[in-house]
Amino acid sequence: MSATTAPTTLDISGTSRVPFSRLVRVELRKSVDTRAGLWLGISIVALTALVLVIFLINADQKTYVNAIQASAIPQGLLLPVLGILLVTSEWSQRTGMVTFTVEPHRGKVLWAKVTAAVLLGLAAVVVAMVVAALVTAVGGTPDAWHGVGVRLLLQYVLLQVINVVGGLVFGLLFLNSAAAIVASFALPIAFSIVTSLIHSFHKIQPWVDPGTAQMPLQNGQHLTGEEWARVLTTVLIWVVVPFVVGMWRVLRAEVK
Amino acid sequence: MMTRVITLEHVTKRYGSFTAVDDVSFVAQSGKVTGFLGPNGAGKSTSMRIMVGLTPANGGEARIGGHLYSQIPNPARHVGVLLDASAQHAGRTGREALRLSAQTMGVGPERVEEMLALVGLNGTEAKRRIRNYSLGMRQRLGIANAMLGDPSVLILDEPVNGLDPAGIHWMRGVLRQFAANGGTVLLSSHLLHEVEMIADELIVIGRGKIVAQGTRDELLQTAGTYVKAEDPAALNAALQRAGIVAIPSGDGALRSEVDPVEVGRAAAQAGVVLVELRPAEGAGLEEMFLQLTADDAREDVVTPAAPQGVQTGAQA
Repeated sequence: MSATTAPTTLDISGTSRVPFSRLVRVELRKSVDTRAGLWLGISIVALTALVLVIFLINADQKTYVNAIQASAIPQGLLLPVLGILLVTSEWSQRTGMVTFTVEPHRGKVLWAKVTAAVLLGLAAVVVAMVVAALVTAVGGTPDAWHGVGVRLLLQYVLLQVINVVGGLVFGLLFLNSAAAIVASFALPIAFSIVTSLIHSFHKIQPWVDPGTAQMPLQNGQHLTGEEWARVLTTVLIWVVVPFVVGMWRVLRAEVK
Repeated sequence: MMTRVITLEHVTKRYGSFTAVDDVSFVAQSGKVTGFLGPNGAGKSTSMRIMVGLTPANGGEARIGGHLYSQIPNPARHVGVLLDASAQHAGRTGREALRLSAQTMGVGPERVEEMLALVGLNGTEAKRRIRNYSLGMRQRLGIANAMLGDPSVLILDEPVNGLDPAGIHWMRGVLRQFAANGGTVLLSSHLLHEVEMIADELIVIGRGKIVAQGTRDELLQTAGTYVKAEDPAALNAALQRAGIVAIPSGDGALRSEVDPVEVGRAAAQAGVVLVELRPAEGAGLEEMFLQLTADDAREDVVTPAAPQGVQTGAQA
């Protein structure tokens, strides 16, 4: 082919590649520059605050650990949606045709999305931790700060990062907002029901069901080696493997 | 100096047994507006997606300035692309869509304002969400997006579609200016008259294959003769006697490949009265294009095969 290839007539020597950090900033911006994205962000903050206010009024044991656990519910529900929309809007709204011509290295764009998802997840976690601390300071029962430490905070961070990236992976698999959101809620629940109903699955259930395996992460308890291994296998099954499959497909597929 | 900027060599794309782009080779030169003309579904958009790497080809190669698109660093600074004006997030404002592109390619927000002004989207329009844009406004926004990185090459799929006559005139001005400054423009269209207004060079594609290419003047060049007689049968007989091949052009007139003077001479010898005798205008390209379009259109019309019963009913 080289004999017939046209000579270079476009001087690209003075242009550098788009830096990864810029792609991450653009992805962060995309997540809040539409009404849907903005309201999702506001909802995450508002619902976290609301749940913690209810906690302050209603809970018996107003400790920081319990407050963090309460905030994990709205965050666990909404962070995956945030991850999903980061990916699927490129297909549902067809902006991928612009995104992937401005930066044709699709893998780089997808990693920028993963990075943005992790950063947004961290921001949500910080909000939860701060509001939980305020609530505890205001109305904490005696011994409210018992069990608070680096381990609790790091495990909570890990849990929500798994949540947001797990959502992104569903987006990557379905490339369609509605389908990905429904599947990300329904599939783990359906999976959990099936594995708990069928007797022969009882033994493997804690190894494959993310709800069961990741539960200990949210109350700051000391995880045993086996519990960590369970977290790892569920992350492999629900995050890593589908991410590799989704990425492989997006890199090869046609963008229309 | 003209250089070959966009080069396609034996590009082929198959979807199952259907070949959307079939061994397509052509060149678009700098300093010129090249029109890529073909009926809907002829393979224009697929070819353009292959050029920018959105669609992988099954064979052949498309290069821009000698590079594969994916090898060009920060490609939007060199190649402006508009593939589908409607492929924008409906919930973003026009300005925000441009700002995202500008931030990615590393040009400042003032460039966004310049481009909005260039394409004639005013402050209120730029603040509106894209779902409220007309197709014409989306096309203008798409042009602004393509030109944001100050590229030297433009690849535009159906950019005139949805524009009013004033918009087409404006687009023609922008693209001709771009080419006059040494830029390369490749634009597609399914309308011959649209593209012949704007393009210097034409590439005609039908059913995935290139069927004609050349300068606009070459392709639209006067070819043969258009002749109409008082008595068409007598004229036909006269031309046959003179050994001139002529075909009916549908309105009682005839078309021939030979020059008007020869047709006139043959008619005079036979004493046939002519009511019209003139060079045929762009007949070659227009007829070929109509043929291409008609072939596809006919398939669409014929497929629902009900007419038999309907006709009988109508006659009775």
